[in-house]
Amino acid sequence: MSRTHVNCEVNGDAVDFLTEDGESLLNALRDELGLIGAKEGCGTGDCGACSIIMNGRLQCSCLIFAPEADGAAITTCEGLASADELHPLQQCFLEGAALQCGICTPGFLVAAKALLDENPDPTETEVRYALAGNLCRCTGYDKIVRSVLEAAVQIRTPA
Amino acid sequence: MRYAAPTTIDEARALLAADGDAIVFAGATDVVPQMRGGRPEPSMVIDLKKIDRLMSVGLEGDTWSVGAAVPTSVLTADAAFTADFPGLSEAAGLIGSDQIQNRCSLGGNLCNASPAADSVPALVVNDAVAVIAGGGGERRVSVAEVVTGPGQTSLAHDEIVVCFEMARPAARTSDAYLRLIPRTEMDIAVVGAGVRITLDGDGTVSAASVALGAVAPTVVRVPAAEAALVGSSLDDAALAAAAAAASDACNPIDDKRGTIDYRRQVAGVLTRRAAGIAADRIRTRNGQTSNEERAS
Repeated sequence: MSRTHVNCEVNGDAVDFLTEDGESLLNALRDELGLIGAKEGCGTGDCGACSIIMNGRLQCSCLIFAPEADGAAITTCEGLASADELHPLQQCFLEGAALQCGICTPGFLVAAKALLDENPDPTETEVRYALAGNLCRCTGYDKIVRSVLEAAVQIRTPA
Repeated sequence: MRYAAPTTIDEARALLAADGDAIVFAGATDVVPQMRGGRPEPSMVIDLKKIDRLMSVGLEGDTWSVGAAVPTSVLTADAAFTADFPGLSEAAGLIGSDQIQNRCSLGGNLCNASPAADSVPALVVNDAVAVIAGGGGERRVSVAEVVTGPGQTSLAHDEIVVCFEMARPAARTSDAYLRLIPRTEMDIAVVGAGVRITLDGDGTVSAASVALGAVAPTVVRVPAAEAALVGSSLDDAALAAAAAAASDACNPIDDKRGTIDYRRQVAGVLTRRAAGIAADRIRTRNGQTSNEERAS
């Protein structure tokens, strides 16, 4: 298998790694860069547990060949919090008990961030459609949706 | 396996021509799951997203050109494109999740050759032409001629779909696409129906196109339904005749998504409803009372 040297920006840091050409970006993030927030649920783009933002667009990292990331800017769930403070979405998920087992949570956080970046004041329906590509088998979604709506309020009206 | 990201069509074609086991991809939203399932097992994956022409959307004169690798989320966010082709835009917006629509493309949706591809009936009713780069230069074929069966296309190994060309719709013309799935998001069509109609000044249908997805090995154009609509005022009798013609045109399979009888019936219902939506779009655009408003 051919190997490719990839240079990109992940969560604001310039990084580089060597990857086999057929490897997924998800595996490169986890195995080469140690960013294990994104998870492999299905490996076929159905569950959203591997969601990242690449070049401003929410995508499933399991569907991206790692060499495609050359020159790209990537945000993973590890990029949401600042040095000493959780992102409002993370804080609201904690306080709203929007997770149980936690496998899907990094993907939901990234998908919710992509939504709020584009639409800071979504309706409940818009939240549910925007998160349709993320599956959760624990929560029944209601607490996730409420937590995203609460985070949207907090981001719009900082304390 | 190798990954290649050519920046020109010639370079991409040379890579394909030199390797019978190479494949091209745009979003890879179908290719990667298929590879994980063991088929295909390419020696090389050729990324088409670095080729400008395949990633461009634009209007030249009265013709839209849509790059074959453009993510569908770009099309659904394009107000001018969506105003001209609301049905095609809504079909593109039904494919998978936001994550998928930020990668998947019209070229991929067509060349994957699923009978249930949502964008294909909508392309067909708009008389979209696929521009295909191959050995003898470029050829232009109707989108309806590209897919020959489930997973099968008429493309030679070293041919690439570059873009789709569509004439801007004539005055008082609009389209609509409806699909039935058992849930509201993230499923594959049980039946899909695309309709485009043109109304003359007194509300009579002067032209109609009807195409169905997921009811036969390829997308089906339904001339009998079109004939039933043309010359009518979209009255109940005409709509019922179009629905019956659509049901008759189906050659579906029984599977976990639906039975043959169910698909036939739904094809008629969706055809009728999509015709009504397309007509309402024309009337709304022209400041006339829509059917929905009349009913309320």
